[in-house]
Amino acid sequence: MDTMRDRFIATTSRLLDDDPRLALVLAEISKDGFREALDRHPERAVNVGIREQLLIGVGGGMALTGMRPIMHTFAGFLVERPFEQLKLDFGHQGVHGVLVSAGGSYDWPAGGFTHMSPGDVALMDTLDGWTVQVPGHPDEAETLLRRAAASDESVYVRLSVHANAAAHPVSRSGITTLREGSRGVVVAVGPMLDSVLAAAEGLDVTVLYATTVRPFDGATLRRAVAGSRADVVLVEPYLAGTSTAAVNDALVDRPHRVLGLGIGRGELRRYGSVGEHLAGQGLDPAALRTRIGSFLG
Amino acid sequence: MCVMDNTTYTTYTASTTHAPDAVSTTPAAHAPAGADRGATADLARLGRLMGLMTGDEKHSPAATSTLDALWVLYDRVLRVSPATAGDPGRDRFLLSKGHGPMAYYAVLADKGFIEEDVLSGFGGYESPLGHHPDRTLVPGVEIGSGSLGHGLPLAVGTVLGLRAQGLTDPKVWVLIGDAELDEGSNHEALAYAGPAGLEQLHTLVIDNSSASYGRPGGIASRFEAAGWSTSTVDGRDHEALYAAFTAPHPGRPRVVVARVEPKQ
Repeated sequence: MDTMRDRFIATTSRLLDDDPRLALVLAEISKDGFREALDRHPERAVNVGIREQLLIGVGGGMALTGMRPIMHTFAGFLVERPFEQLKLDFGHQGVHGVLVSAGGSYDWPAGGFTHMSPGDVALMDTLDGWTVQVPGHPDEAETLLRRAAASDESVYVRLSVHANAAAHPVSRSGITTLREGSRGVVVAVGPMLDSVLAAAEGLDVTVLYATTVRPFDGATLRRAVAGSRADVVLVEPYLAGTSTAAVNDALVDRPHRVLGLGIGRGELRRYGSVGEHLAGQGLDPAALRTRIGSFLG
Repeated sequence: MCVMDNTTYTTYTASTTHAPDAVSTTPAAHAPAGADRGATADLARLGRLMGLMTGDEKHSPAATSTLDALWVLYDRVLRVSPATAGDPGRDRFLLSKGHGPMAYYAVLADKGFIEEDVLSGFGGYESPLGHHPDRTLVPGVEIGSGSLGHGLPLAVGTVLGLRAQGLTDPKVWVLIGDAELDEGSNHEALAYAGPAGLEQLHTLVIDNSSASYGRPGGIASRFEAAGWSTSTVDGRDHEALYAAFTAPHPGRPRVVVARVEPKQ
C-alpha cells in the first residue's frame, strides 16, 4: 500500500496539471517526489528552501493574488514553527489555502521529539475558520485532498504513515457511524480506527469514525448519544483531549461524560517503531480496551 | 541627489539635505533645501491630513520617517488608483512596518482611496483606521500589518502569484523599517528572492537607525549579497527617491534604502 504522503504527491501533481488556480509551495520536504511537478509547473510549484516562515508567507501572498496555495512540510515545521504566519498571513489577511502535513505525532519515532507534532491540531484549534482533516487511509486522503483543493476554504490535511488496513467512506459532515451499541460512544479519529475496532470487539458500544475534526460533527455525535449512554470516549492520534471541548459543546444540553485519549504532553524520550510508541502512549488495542472498559464501567 | 547604486559605502553623506540634528518635526520642514515649491505644498497638505488623526501639528518620527518615500511612490511611481485598486494588473504596495501609519493614511486620503473625514476617528472603535492597518477595513490597503516581518514574505508570494497568472507587468513594493530587518523572516525572504530573480519585487527600507544593534556592513549589503539590485538614498530627497525607485534592474529584485534622521 502506498502511504498517504505518496498519494498526496501523486494526487497533487495531477491536480496541478488540471487546475491553473492551484499552486504548490514546498520547503524542501518531498521535493524529490514532486520533482516532475516542479519541472512541469515552475511558475506554480515552488520550493523555497528550508524556510518555513517564507513557506507560509509565500502561500499567503499567492492567495492574495487569487491563487489556491497548497503548502506542505512535516507537521511541526508547517504548523508549530510558522504558527504566527498562519494566524496573520492567512486568517488576518482574510485569505485561504491548504496545509498538508506529513509525519503526524509519531510517524518516525526513531527520529525523536523534534519530528513529532502532537500539538498541531490543538494549535490550529485556536484559529478561526480552519477545517481540519485527519484521514486514516490513502484513499481517504485523496478524497479529502481533492475536496480541499476544489474548495475556497482554509483546510489543514494531516497525513500520517500510520493508517488503517482498509478505507472507509468519507462523510461530508466528518463523522461516520460504523457500529451501534448502548453502553457508550467511542469516537476514533483517522488512523486510530483499527486499534479502536480491535479494542471494542465484543463491547456493547457505538463506534464513530471521524476524518474531519474541525468543524466537529456535533450532529452525528448527538444522534449517536441519543441511542446510547451519554459516555463518550475520544481516541485521537494527537494530543489527548484536543477535541474534548468540542464534544462538550456538542452535548451542552445533556448530562454526559467524556474521556479524551491520545498522545500525552510528556515526552516518552523513546525511539523505536510506531507500534512501540503507540503502546508506550497507552494507545495499542489492549491498553485501549482497558481504558475504555474502565471508563464505561 | 545621492543615489548609490550597488556601491559599497561606509559613511552616509547627504549631499543636499539637513544634518540629522537640525531636523524639525513638521513634515513641511523636511523638504530638502532647494526642493521645488510643489513638494513643499504636497508635504504641507499631507501634514494637515496627519494632524486630523493626531490632533497635533507635530508627528512622531515613526510616522514621518516614511512620509516622503510614501508620497513619491504614490504620487509618481505606483500604477494604482482608487479606480484600479481591485484590478489584478495593479501595482501593489504592502506596508510591512505597520507602526505609525498616519503618513500612509494621509497619502491614501490625499489620493482618494479613503475619505478625509474618517481620519479624525483614527484608532477609535468605530474607525476603520487602526494604529496598525487592516486590509479588510481600508480600501487600497494590500495587507494587514503590525507584527514585524510579515510583509516581505507576503510580497514574495504576491510576485509569485502574479507571475503564475502571467501578470509580469505589475510591480510589488513592500516597505519595511531598518529595525524590522532584525526579524529572521525577512532574511528567509530576501535570500530566496535574489536567486529566484524576482524582478517584480521591490523593497523600500526606511532607515532611521532604530535597530538596537545597528547593521554592521550596512543594510544594502545584505540584499546585495543575495543578488538584489540596491540603492541607498536620502529618504527626504524626492528626486533621489524617484530616481532610485524607477531605475531598471533586469532579472533582479530591487531594494531602495531610504535614510532619514535617526529616531530620537
